[in-house]
Amino acid sequence: MRKEIISNPLFRTIFTRLGLGFVTLFAVSLIIFAAIAVLPGDFAKATLGRAATPETVANFQKSLGLDRPVAERYLKWIGGAVTGDLGLSFSSGSGTPRTVGSIIGPRLKNTLFLAGITALVAIPIALLLGIIAAIRRNSWLDRILNAVTLASISFPEFFVAYVLMLLLAVKLPLFYSLARVTPSMGSIEVLERIALPVLTLSFGIIAHMMRMTRAAIIGLLSHPYIEMAKLKGVPPWRVILRHALPNAWAPIVAVIAFNLAYLIVGVVVVEVVFVYPGIGQAMVDAVRSRDIPVVQGCALIFAASYILLNLLADVIAIATNPRLAHPR
Amino acid sequence: MISNRAASHNRQNGELLLDIRNLTIEAEGSDGWQPIVKDISLHLRRGEVLGIIGESGAGKSTLGLAALGFTRPGCHFSGGSVTFDGRDLLKESEERRRQLRGTRIAYVAQSAAASFNPAHRLIEQTIECVMMRGLASRGAAVQSATDLFAQMQLPDPETIGDRFPHQVSGGQLQRAMTAMAMTCKPDLIVFDEPTTALDVTTQVEVLASIRKIVEEHHTAALYITHDLAVVAQMAHRIMVLRHGELVEHASTQQMLSEPEQTYTRSLWAVRTLEKPEEPPAETILSVSNVDAHYGDFKALDDISIEVPRGRTVAVVGESGSGKSTLARVISGLLPSAAGAVSLNGVRLAPSLKQRSRDQLRRIQMIYQSADTALNPRQTVMDLVGRPLSFHFGLKGRMQERRVAELLDMVELSDRHIVSFPSELSGGQKQRVAIARAIAADPDVFICDEITSALDQLVQEQILKLLLNLQKEMNKTYLFITHDIATVNAIADQVVVMCRGGIVQQGAKRAVMSSPDHPYTKLLLSAVPQMDPGWLDTAIQNGRLAKQNIE
Amino acid sequence: MRPSDTNLPARAVRYRRSRTGLVWAGLRRASLTTWLGLCVILLYAILALFAPLIAPYGEADVVSSQPFAAWNSTFLFGTDQLGRDVMSRIIYGARNSVGIAFITTTIAFLLGGTLGILSAISPSWLDHVLSGVADMLMAIPQLIFALILLALFGSSIPSIVMIIAVLNSTQIFRLARSSARNVAVMEFIEVASLRGERTLWIIVREILPNIMPTLIAEFGLRFCFVFLTISALSFLGLGIQPPSADWGTMVRESATFISYGNITPLLPAAAIALLTVSINFVVDWFLDIASGLRDDQ
Repeated sequence: MRKEIISNPLFRTIFTRLGLGFVTLFAVSLIIFAAIAVLPGDFAKATLGRAATPETVANFQKSLGLDRPVAERYLKWIGGAVTGDLGLSFSSGSGTPRTVGSIIGPRLKNTLFLAGITALVAIPIALLLGIIAAIRRNSWLDRILNAVTLASISFPEFFVAYVLMLLLAVKLPLFYSLARVTPSMGSIEVLERIALPVLTLSFGIIAHMMRMTRAAIIGLLSHPYIEMAKLKGVPPWRVILRHALPNAWAPIVAVIAFNLAYLIVGVVVVEVVFVYPGIGQAMVDAVRSRDIPVVQGCALIFAASYILLNLLADVIAIATNPRLAHPR
Repeated sequence: MISNRAASHNRQNGELLLDIRNLTIEAEGSDGWQPIVKDISLHLRRGEVLGIIGESGAGKSTLGLAALGFTRPGCHFSGGSVTFDGRDLLKESEERRRQLRGTRIAYVAQSAAASFNPAHRLIEQTIECVMMRGLASRGAAVQSATDLFAQMQLPDPETIGDRFPHQVSGGQLQRAMTAMAMTCKPDLIVFDEPTTALDVTTQVEVLASIRKIVEEHHTAALYITHDLAVVAQMAHRIMVLRHGELVEHASTQQMLSEPEQTYTRSLWAVRTLEKPEEPPAETILSVSNVDAHYGDFKALDDISIEVPRGRTVAVVGESGSGKSTLARVISGLLPSAAGAVSLNGVRLAPSLKQRSRDQLRRIQMIYQSADTALNPRQTVMDLVGRPLSFHFGLKGRMQERRVAELLDMVELSDRHIVSFPSELSGGQKQRVAIARAIAADPDVFICDEITSALDQLVQEQILKLLLNLQKEMNKTYLFITHDIATVNAIADQVVVMCRGGIVQQGAKRAVMSSPDHPYTKLLLSAVPQMDPGWLDTAIQNGRLAKQNIE
Repeated sequence: MRPSDTNLPARAVRYRRSRTGLVWAGLRRASLTTWLGLCVILLYAILALFAPLIAPYGEADVVSSQPFAAWNSTFLFGTDQLGRDVMSRIIYGARNSVGIAFITTTIAFLLGGTLGILSAISPSWLDHVLSGVADMLMAIPQLIFALILLALFGSSIPSIVMIIAVLNSTQIFRLARSSARNVAVMEFIEVASLRGERTLWIIVREILPNIMPTLIAEFGLRFCFVFLTISALSFLGLGIQPPSADWGTMVRESATFISYGNITPLLPAAAIALLTVSINFVVDWFLDIASGLRDDQ
């Protein structure tokens, strides 16, 4: 049984891909960690002010563990990261420790909520529009969708965000212009507050995703086996469902993964515009104040989710490939 | 008049099944709609097989699809009628046409490998039509598909359906596709070049099973191909198309014995071309005991060939025989693992990187596809002029003059000097590639399948050109091909290769008339002949030869 | 003997014309959006080049004692928080924002394009190393990576240019490598190496002309992406720093006015959007005629 699993090309390919994914994760964590190891300025001094005595600087560095060898610090950091402990923020006063986890934790939940709602709204719409545009390609509907999506993928997110804010919150007071949410709010109220951020994010994602879906489906429909199915008298809906779709999982999943990854980045700007207390805004604040441990923590979370999403897409693509599932 | 001749044929008593009248189909090009099928009429009775032949661009596939009331995207019907069993398909709704497809009119495509859906098992695709229309229970459908697989002589008919398309060979897929077309017991099948992508020895067997099953089920068929010898085995009548127009239409016997149009005759002109064998000469290129590998795969095994000056040595074999690898070893693209290649008695380094410029110049390659061998972003002047400046330092006007001379040698007008390859036809492109090779003034030309991608008529012209050049300049050719007719046309000596080794070599007449190796026999017997009785003999001979090989 | 001397020059002329002719033919087929796009790009180029001549006031001159003045005849789009003329700053912004994005894209192209083509024709170990590095850099979302690096190196214009250029060069590397590889396996490359041509000649004369259309189109798209990334960074307060007039920064500085229905902050944002949309339309058209070239082959 074991031997079979190893010799099966499907499992072998998936294991190889998973292995590669973890190697990437490791390398990325190294890059992110290297940030602290190659610090150009002396942060202790920067944080404590010019008046700091050498003793206070040494104490500060000691309290942050900056006096230990690099390899040890990396192992400690990554070991902690795996268990959710990302170390101490530079904003910790000498007597009031603040962990990176306590800064990021609640915000991560908010960001996941925003991204999740956006994905739920945007993905079905984008797939549907993409498939419709592909089937009715070169129709007026396709042309309009093409022009609109081309325009919307080239707008900066903050432009879309402010235009929506101006129109839907200021001129027509339908939504809240700022998405300030607090833990005490009920979920309905939170949903109302984040309506505009979700709309802004969806705008870009739907455009990207629709175009990619359309291209993938058109590529698929040009295969000779689709013509063969038509010549066998297979009705159009069955051509799509039975002959195109089973071969479409890999490209569609790739499109979804790409756009979820895109969502991760989009979240940063949108959170800042709408003052939404998410991890993106936390990262931007940390970069501004050069609070490196927080930057590292945020970057690690963003990068890991990006890598895992792409990994998942690849694994699904491999798993649905009949050539690997049924070797010669 | 044409229809009179055809009508006089004895298969006229059957019931009229397909009647295409004055059909015109247009395709959308850069200058608006252009007709690609022009005013074609044809008819087909039950159980009758009509062959449609023509070169590329003749509109034969378009006509074949029209029999199903189908046009490819970018094409449309612009006139005429397609009457199937009394109903004009062009006037029916798409829904009605769809009902007929697969059940009463079926289609067999050229590339079975691309036309089977990679995501489903063969059996699912084979019985899809029957199940979709509720014509039989699943068990019965599977049973009848299995029977058809057996009739198509597929190995393990019981279980082959459980495989996915990528798990089955090309020849077997082509048979499975014919079986799939037969599942609903259609009245008419359109075969669109079903054996073109196959090796000759595989082609024989697929042709035989197609013919058998069509005869047994009394199915009418349109058989589309570019190969007259193939269609002669399959069809009762033959239509010749050119540029979307009808050239000639007659019974198979008549078409073969006394074709009326010169164009029709020119379609098998290559087969009548035969170079008189010339006496041996001193060796210019010698290959001795060469081995070559692709990774762990041994692609060439102990190859020794002597190529005499001013002669043509043809290397024949099917795909995977190692004949192109041999060309790569001689040219230095693939360094050999063992053995030696010598030119004019001087041993050449295995890799082209260690060969001198002059050694490189003396061996010139010409490729099968001029499309990929000519840089699309260079003009003919750049293409042919570069070897002149590179090897001989010819510049400016001198260079231009020489390019014009070379174009003249390959029978191209000097106005093409400013053309990009995309502005030339397939034959013209191949001529430019030849001119570029001549420009280097080599001792040996290695021609790798250089006529295979061309239409018959153009093939003949290119072969004649090569023969003339050889006569005038005493050039040497190593000619790699899979086509026996081409061997006849150009070779003095023949080398037969199979699975990386040489099975037989010698003077052309000796090898062709008395093949002493069973594989050579199999290969020769598999080459389609104009004689309608050839297929039966070929199968007999083939079986014997195969037994001998095993 | 064959070519008569008189028709040689005529030939040379036709030879040169054939490519520009294709562009003209393409322009005649260009849609309204393409023309609009071309005009906008031209307008931006003029604004960027002649900003000091066109702008009514200097880039950082405090010209009014009244901050946040409303739109009026002296200051067409009003003044900003320090009393500087908004319209002048938008015009100078073309120079800073577009210019910096252009320089960044060019560096990214030189880096990524050269390495990509080199990687395509190099021995496999070098190809593996270069591709591995590129894959690794691409495994982190670009904006996030840029944020980490900015946290380390601080937001100065040279560091932004270098960081964004290096990050974007990975994508260009990938594209240049794959398209050069597609060309490198063609038989005409084999013909050239069988002739004994040097590698540089093969790259410049055989490969480059074939991948140029792809690279030109990518330059347009990549420029948009770089431009948007830098604008986003500026908007986040981490990009081009004051007092340089920059569109992203200007949006950030006046963003709160949106809540009062004032559209001034939208002007620089719209300036960004208009340019990227225009470039996209032109690239779309360019890809169209470039693929037409390929179809003819």
